[in-house]
Amino acid sequence: MPENDTTPAIEFRGVVKQFGHNTVLDGLDFSVAQGDRVTLIGPSGSGKTTILRLLMTLEEADGGLIFVDGDPYTHEMRGDKRVAIPEKRRSLVRRRVGMVFQQFNLFPNMTVLENIIEAPIHVLGKSKAAAITDAEALLDKVGLAEKRDERPTKLSGGQQQRVAIARALAMEPDILLLDEVTSALDPELVADVLGVLRNIAETTDITMLIVTHEMQFAREVSNRVLMFDGGKIVEEADPETIFTSPSHERTQEFLRAIL
Amino acid sequence: MSDNLQQLVELLPQLGEGILVTLELTLGGAVLALLIAFTLGFGSRARTKWARVPSRVVVEFFRGTSLVVQIFWLYYVLPLPPFYVELDPLACGILALGLNYGAYASEVVRGSINSVAKGQWEAAVALDLGPVHRMRRVIMPQAWPLMIPMFTNLLIQLVKGSALAAYISLHDLNFFTEELRERTSETVFSYTVGLLLYFAVAYLLTLGMNALEVRAKNRLGAGPSLREVLRLAPVQTTADVGAGTPASTASKGGDRA
Repeated sequence: MPENDTTPAIEFRGVVKQFGHNTVLDGLDFSVAQGDRVTLIGPSGSGKTTILRLLMTLEEADGGLIFVDGDPYTHEMRGDKRVAIPEKRRSLVRRRVGMVFQQFNLFPNMTVLENIIEAPIHVLGKSKAAAITDAEALLDKVGLAEKRDERPTKLSGGQQQRVAIARALAMEPDILLLDEVTSALDPELVADVLGVLRNIAETTDITMLIVTHEMQFAREVSNRVLMFDGGKIVEEADPETIFTSPSHERTQEFLRAIL
Repeated sequence: MSDNLQQLVELLPQLGEGILVTLELTLGGAVLALLIAFTLGFGSRARTKWARVPSRVVVEFFRGTSLVVQIFWLYYVLPLPPFYVELDPLACGILALGLNYGAYASEVVRGSINSVAKGQWEAAVALDLGPVHRMRRVIMPQAWPLMIPMFTNLLIQLVKGSALAAYISLHDLNFFTEELRERTSETVFSYTVGLLLYFAVAYLLTLGMNALEVRAKNRLGAGPSLREVLRLAPVQTTADVGAGTPASTASKGGDRA
């Protein structure tokens, strides 16, 4: 839990990540304040998604430290040595982080409701009745209350993604990671998903880290935009500034290419 | 021909025994094979080499040696020094079938678990489900339907492999076929009956396994329920059936930075 409001929700200190010989992050430093909505932009391969995956422990950093609410997450320093933190302690930190994936990744062997209540019951130890009540409220929030007993495979991509958002929120995360959540959707389904996320941004104080190509969405929801290139932050500003008058040449190029 | 049938009817009690022994070998072998398959299959995926290496060695050994030799080894060699272990012939047969087919089936287990979409594992991690919970509630329910058709194949092979048991004094279907031939002196008739008997056993097992497959897929939200299939009731449109596999929902994108 946050010690106080000045402790960053997320902090990277000198984080290194390599895939084989390819160094994706080379000593990355950055932090995200409590309740911040930060969008990461940049060309593919610039390390944006890797940052989210490191925060979800889906990848393991090769160097540096990651802190969540000031707590060391996957590694810590013991004297001069960087040592891995055991899974039990990682799990306690991971519980505060939720993630929504590009491909939704709903469990096909469970109904919509079962997808949402599985972790709250078995990980958070909620009673089934309480988990169902909360899940129904979340389904209502994402506009899918009537799909509660459907199989995810019977839903459209946009509906599946909204269920996935509800599933992530059911864990009551302090931090929500959104990894290109609209990239796999047909264009006409994007608006619903973005609408749901906008609503969450307005009604909660969850810290959000967003990787997206929807610049309009980034502009509306986030209060900070980080432009990545080659695993480094090349520019950092509020969305208004970065989208209207980017100062770095790489940002200008990138925005010209995608807008 | 009617003499032959007469003989067959007279041998019905022996036929019953033959079917029983073949079924005992098959089911005993299959249950043991399944236990071994999961043990070695999980062992082969383990992170520590202390589990992985022995699992791989056992799999390669029992896949790579002949079933006949394995059965004879258990039956003739095990009672000798330095082992002095005398097993009941049925136990020998079950053990050999279980080890041999278990080694094959462990590859099915390993392969099926590995082919569950990576996103499913990642979503389970993101929800902080522990490794055991993840496997039991998310991965296995999806890997199981992938395993069944391959298990069916192996089960049929196991039924036929069980015919070797006649050579270690067991009175199974193969033995019965020989008995019938001796009694009738009709080679064509007896062996044809033998073929049909094995076919009947194998076919019944296939039907059972197919039912299991339908049920497992239905639980994943793909395909009709077993009840619908058995009633031959009109099921959903064909476009609906099978449209729900995890792979087909992930139709676009997939690149990541």
